[in-house]
Amino acid sequence: MGKYVSIENAGMTFDSKKGKFVALRDINLAIRQGEFVSLIGHSGCGKSTLLNLIAGLTLPTAGALICAGREIPGPGPERAVVFQNHSLLPWLTCFDNVMLAVERVFGRNEGKTELKARTQNVLEMVGLAHAMHKYPGEVSGGMKQRVGIARALAMEPKVLLMDEPFGALDALTRARLQDELMAICAKTQATTVMVTHDVDEAVLLSDRIVMMTNGPAATIGDILTVDLPRPRDRLALAHDARYMDCRSKVIEFLYAKQQHPLAA
Amino acid sequence: MTAITVNAMPSITASETPRRIAKPTPRQIEIAAAPSSATEHAAAMRAFFAAVLPPILGLLLVIGLWHIATIKGGAIPSPTQTWEAAAKLFADPFYSNGPNDQGIGWNILSSLQRVGIGFGIAALVGIPAGFLLGRFSLLSSLVNPLISLLRPVSPLAWLPIGLLVFKRADPAATWTIFICSIWPMIMNTAQGVQRVPQDYLNVARVLNLSEWKIVTKILFPSVLPYMLTGIRLSIGTAWLVIVAAEMLTGGVGIGFWVWDEWNNLKVEHIIIAIFVIGIVGLILEQILLFLAKRLHTES
Repeated sequence: MGKYVSIENAGMTFDSKKGKFVALRDINLAIRQGEFVSLIGHSGCGKSTLLNLIAGLTLPTAGALICAGREIPGPGPERAVVFQNHSLLPWLTCFDNVMLAVERVFGRNEGKTELKARTQNVLEMVGLAHAMHKYPGEVSGGMKQRVGIARALAMEPKVLLMDEPFGALDALTRARLQDELMAICAKTQATTVMVTHDVDEAVLLSDRIVMMTNGPAATIGDILTVDLPRPRDRLALAHDARYMDCRSKVIEFLYAKQQHPLAA
Repeated sequence: MTAITVNAMPSITASETPRRIAKPTPRQIEIAAAPSSATEHAAAMRAFFAAVLPPILGLLLVIGLWHIATIKGGAIPSPTQTWEAAAKLFADPFYSNGPNDQGIGWNILSSLQRVGIGFGIAALVGIPAGFLLGRFSLLSSLVNPLISLLRPVSPLAWLPIGLLVFKRADPAATWTIFICSIWPMIMNTAQGVQRVPQDYLNVARVLNLSEWKIVTKILFPSVLPYMLTGIRLSIGTAWLVIVAAEMLTGGVGIGFWVWDEWNNLKVEHIIIAIFVIGIVGLILEQILLFLAKRLHTES
């Protein structure tokens, strides 16, 4: 499979009060169809900015981003985003939050029953069938994030973009959702880009880990290919030499080559 | 022998005990349950009194002071005189002896009607205007200086303009209500639109929602609390202003009624009117607070 998402010499400069702020420069990355890529780096390194560029929420000030052979013109449902803080609409039930996305993407060709069935299916896939008619305020943080993932998956996107999807969750919930995400990605063969600051999460989930240098003017420092067979099991991998090797490489990059800006 | 008596005794007690035990148990449960329900009851009563007693005491204190102040007579009627006048007044609130002599019920209703119409039109204009101002920064920078200039103007200053344009007193009063209620609704709605969380708008952009869906599913629900605040402020101001406006324009209405009773030197009626205006204002406020609470969604 060839490159599906292609980032070519992309750069991002913001106009701030203190003048121009270069967030990203010279980003070159090609992502294959069905690949799971993680973006990792210290906070402020522009990994979320890069994700927003792929989402089309912001447009690059230099270079180009191409998805499925066409330049990314702006945000769209074919590049679904799972937001860091779930971003569910609190006045809609979990079901209606997902339904909003389903209606938008499939409403033109499908009837109400089919749309409802789609919504129900995807909520069942993330294990939320029992709580789908509750409001986001009535369910736990983990469940909210599942709805956020369900909403993104329901659109059957070409690319699934996730901005620290499990960052706000406790360790146990996070582990469970990571396992579920791996199963879902295996099933849907989704091309996925995930921003994370969790080394274990990156190694466990990714085919490749994109390690970013510290900002300002951050760029890709190194790319690590995680050559572990799938399906992956976190228990078995805990003592796997290849896993430990990947893990230490990422840690070495983060803490030796790119010390945290505050520590430096 | 002893063995028999020992055996016999338990058989007697056994037949006795169940009855003895069976009887006390319900009573014991009652006794056990009674104190807990009694304490609960007492706690509820205490909470009730703590909430209700101080306001009643405050009211009684004011009436007491009022009574002492009027005990030697004078221009201000005593609480009893006022109460008697009120009883007479509210015995027949809906009489009508021509346009200048109508029951207090009619006066209140006409004032409420004016407020309703003026406020209603202001809502129809102000809320969409607020949406536009909040959504389009060019428009807001165009109009905001004007609003800042006009907002502090007493709505009564607009009354002559209303009289000039509408040629009649009644629409002029409604116009004044319109002017004073429109600002809080524009300002609060616009502020609400500007404060829609960027996350929600990003969701809208990723889903590529139509402008209609953005308005109905995202903007309107998230602006609603701000809008209700604007509405509450507007109604409050409108109810303040209607009394003054009606004093100037005449006709039927609680403000005109106050002025009329002043001309008749029925001071007890003026005091009654003050209470009535206060109570109606309070009810309007409470209705809107209730609505706001009902529509509040947890995020």
